[in-house]
Amino acid sequence: MFEMGDFILEARSLSKEFGGFAAVRDVDLAIRRGSIHALIGPNGAGKTTVFNLLTKFLSPTRGSIVFEGRDITSLKPADVANLGIIRSFQISAVFPHLTALENVRVALQRKLGISYHFWRSPRVLEGLHGEAMEKLASVGLANFADSPAVLLSYGRKRALEIATTLALDPTLMLLDEPTQGMGAEDVGRVTDLIKEVSAGRTILMVEHNLGVVSRLADAITVLNRGRVLAEGPYEAVSRNPEVMEAYMGTSAEDADG
Amino acid sequence: MAASERIVGESRAHRSGVNLVLWAILILFVLTAPAYIYPVFAMQLLCFALFACAFNLLLGFTGLLSFGHAAFFGAAAYVTGHVIKIWGLPPVAGIFVGTAVAAALGYVIGSLAIRRQGIYFAMITLALAQIIYFLGLQLPFTGGENGLQGIPRGHLFGIFDLDRPLVMYYFVAAIFMIGFLIIYRTIHSPFGQVLKSIRENEARALSLGYNVTRFKLIAFIISAALSGLAGATKSVVFQFASLTDLHWQTSGEVILMTLLGGLGTIFGPVVGAITIVSLQHELSSLGSWVNVVIGLIFIVCVLAFRRGIVGELARLLKTSSM
Repeated sequence: MFEMGDFILEARSLSKEFGGFAAVRDVDLAIRRGSIHALIGPNGAGKTTVFNLLTKFLSPTRGSIVFEGRDITSLKPADVANLGIIRSFQISAVFPHLTALENVRVALQRKLGISYHFWRSPRVLEGLHGEAMEKLASVGLANFADSPAVLLSYGRKRALEIATTLALDPTLMLLDEPTQGMGAEDVGRVTDLIKEVSAGRTILMVEHNLGVVSRLADAITVLNRGRVLAEGPYEAVSRNPEVMEAYMGTSAEDADG
Repeated sequence: MAASERIVGESRAHRSGVNLVLWAILILFVLTAPAYIYPVFAMQLLCFALFACAFNLLLGFTGLLSFGHAAFFGAAAYVTGHVIKIWGLPPVAGIFVGTAVAAALGYVIGSLAIRRQGIYFAMITLALAQIIYFLGLQLPFTGGENGLQGIPRGHLFGIFDLDRPLVMYYFVAAIFMIGFLIIYRTIHSPFGQVLKSIRENEARALSLGYNVTRFKLIAFIISAALSGLAGATKSVVFQFASLTDLHWQTSGEVILMTLLGGLGTIFGPVVGAITIVSLQHELSSLGSWVNVVIGLIFIVCVLAFRRGIVGELARLLKTSSM
């Protein structure tokens, strides 16, 4: 069951200490290729720290990270992104004063390999407009191509963020609380969107909304106080008494968040 | 979809229309300025306008606040003055050497400063610029407190006598336009798109796979080089390089010019530089009170029109890129 190639990403005894405080302790994480894997846990459990470690925004104190059989523990964030691991952020990560089209185009232009060319005319980027419009249409933003991202509603910003991430055609998408702060209608829409874009990809997501998790996730890892508390499919994990005590006890307030 | 594309089309046409008018005004001004402005003063305006535009590339389009840009402006002024006066280089070669030195200095200062962010970045640039200032004061070739005096203007390409004010003016005007076009192109290039995304959200640009540090460093070097181009040209215009060129107050003035004209706008720094330099010129009889007047203007600017002159104008005309 644990043969190589089965898992796209494996973290082994991942630990991060901040001046003596262990935010993440000996976390083992294995993400199956093609699955949607959810990382849940109460506030302060270390979920975002794990994200930052996996994408190298933080360096682990101990432990190793292997992506597609390759040790990426010592790589830089941009290198990790270039390997196809693209993350989103807890607060919506758009470029506020660029238009929706430009947001997506910034991601698309990377593959042209001309991003350092400060002498080139912006016309070379116009060839990307068709593809950018396609990505925007796929998240329902075709009519907002020329709106500055800052003017979009919260739900649309998250959709734009997903469109931008998709533009890089990531092998592994890391979504940090994609439905946080959304109204019920937007939550439904973004959940559908994630389901839709998950085809042929692997997704690791941090999510508080257990409804979303139960709908989307193939596997769940529960973190508590920086440690893995439980792992497995939703049904098994949600019946785990330890999880119920540590996590479900606070789920009422978290579900609102 | 068709509807949205129509909206897109209209606003782009509107934007390019406004831009066309501004380009026309700028070119007309640069071509005709000596007809109604004392040529040396017009040249001073253009040098500082170029300096402010180069600074704006960094603050307005990359989001990096350097508090040490006088180092590049002044160092290039000294180097150009020295190689023309002592080594006997022709003016174009002299200005080129000064610009190259500013670029190299930009590489050194930039590499050290971009490891830090925000206020720390500003402080490191200030501290390193102060080191350059004291080098300007202490090094044997700089003339210490007196500065480097009597730099000959020489002949352009060995033919055109730069001691004739109009010839010198159009030489400076050409340099200004070249520098301005380089900045304009950089802002709108694929590279400029990434710079803007770094300004908007650095972590996100990083997560999309862009080597943010490298982009910042290249932007810093371009900005330093063009600030150097402005300083080098200034030393040929005034025929001297002085400690004022390296002083932190000059670093402050270029920030002021950029903010007053409109941060992150194409034409704003030109307007800001013209405004500040003109005020200093007109009010020079007031002595130190000039600084009080400019300080008041700055306060009014920050309180009443934060986007700066051109920024507010762009808002009124409902266009995003001026």
